[in-house]
Order: sequence, then structure tokens, then C-alpha cells
Amino acid sequence: MSATTHEHADRGDEFLERAFRELLIERGVLTQAEVDARVEFMYEREGAAYGQRVVARAWADPAFRARLLADGSAAARELGIEIGALKLVVVENTPQVHNLIVCTLCSCYPRMLLGMAPDWYKSVAYRSRAVREPRALLAEFGLQVDAQRTLRVHDSTADMRYLVLPMRPVGSESLDETALAALVTRDSMVGVAEVQLPA
Amino acid sequence: MTPRFAPGTRVRVAERGVSGHVRTPRYVRGKRGVVERICGAFRNPEELARGRRDGDVIPLYRVRFAQRDVWPDYDGSPGDTLDVEIYEHWLEGATE
Repeated sequence: MSATTHEHADRGDEFLERAFRELLIERGVLTQAEVDARVEFMYEREGAAYGQRVVARAWADPAFRARLLADGSAAARELGIEIGALKLVVVENTPQVHNLIVCTLCSCYPRMLLGMAPDWYKSVAYRSRAVREPRALLAEFGLQVDAQRTLRVHDSTADMRYLVLPMRPVGSESLDETALAALVTRDSMVGVAEVQLPA
Repeated sequence: MTPRFAPGTRVRVAERGVSGHVRTPRYVRGKRGVVERICGAFRNPEELARGRRDGDVIPLYRVRFAQRDVWPDYDGSPGDTLDVEIYEHWLEGATE
């Protein structure tokens, strides 16, 4: 499947995008290979690496973690990551609290840290169920949030962008920051997964 | 513009229908919650969407709702919450 193929071209703007792209290719302005290469570049450049670095630093450095929770944008800037006009709010998972991020109105997403949003994040099913029945939704992601833990859902309705600081996995005490970063997944920073040590 | 509500204040989201670009989700309109934090001041998206880019900045809050107050039949844990960003002109004081 090419990177620009849409499995669910069910929205008008997707039809428009496809029609425009195919016309450009037909007229020889662009080639499909160039479009694919650009999309790949966006994914590579904007993968979740920045988010992974932020989380790993927070695990390794308690003072950074405190600054990150107090002012996410300022703490990210310490690592050379510019959040821009939006503000980053970092919410921390603990044994007592699990956090989940959604944007019910559209698909606001901390793209500067996590790259392009996955299709499921933009789906109507995710956007509605994340606020209406988040525990059932998470169970379908394979994540059972214990009934004793509080589940906090954060709806990105305006100018904030959210990042979940997942719990550092037990058994990762000896890992350095680079190795820790490699454990952190995009899904764990949205709150639909926990970070696991490799089996 | 000085924020009208301090963190911890109980507030109610206005229950009104507005056409155009509105960033207050319908599912919290008329619901009561507590100001979790003041996020700063931002331009009103309803005005920005109409092309007015020099309007006043207004306080933006994160309001925390108990899931059970939003959805009466919510079947998760009683402490579960929903945090939503709401601009000040959508909030009213809730005295009870």
C-alpha cells in the first residue's frame, strides 16, 4: 500500500486531496514516487523521537520531571524542542492515575513531539468513545485500567496540547537515557498503552 | 484580562447553541465542573474563525468534570474525570 492510500476515504476533504494529487500526477507536475517520498520524510522527521526523549529525560532526571509537569513547553525547550504558540501540558501516569488524550472536536495532537497522528486517533469512534466509555475503549487497545485507578481523560479542545508521561517500567533501573527512550512508544504517550520492557 | 475564576472554583458551562466555529464541546454544555487550572489567555476562536485576528485575548481554563456528572450512566470508576479546555465567556459561576 502506498503511503498516501487512504483506506477510509469517507470525508470530502480526502476526496479533494486525492483528486488534486491525482491531477497533479496526471499533468506531470509531480510523480507518485515524489509524493510518497515526501510523506515518508514527514513521518521520519516527525516521528515520536522528540516525545521519547522528553519522557526518557523525565524518568532519568527527577528535577526535569518536576519542571516538565509544571511547564511542559519550557521544559521541552531545554531539550531544544520548540512547542510554538500552543502550550504543552504533560500529565503523569502513576499507580493511582492513568491519563488518556483525545480531541473530540477534530484531531488536535502533539505533533511536534509525536509526529503525524495515527488514523485511529482521528476516527469518530476513538474521538467519541474516549470520552463516553474510555475504559471499554482502552480494553480494546489491550489495556485494562484497574478499577482502583482513576482514569483521567483530557479533551484537547483549544490551545493546549497534551503528552502522557507513562510510568517507567519496573526492571529498567539500569538503563541509560538512550535505552529508556527506545522503550517509549507513541501509543504510551497518548495513553492507550503502558511502556513495557522487551520480553 | 484578569481571570474571573480561580483554580478550585466550581463553574457551570453555559448551555447555548451558537453557530460557527465553537470549541466548547456540546457534551459539557450545561454541566458543572471545577477549574483545574488557568491555561493563559488566547484569542477567541469564534472570532478568529470569522477572520477577526485582533480581538481581545480571553482567559482559557481547564475544567475538570466528574464523568458521572457528564454521563449519568457512566459505568467506569466513580473517581474518573474528564478535563476540557473552556474559554471564559462560556463559564458561569456555580454556587451550589
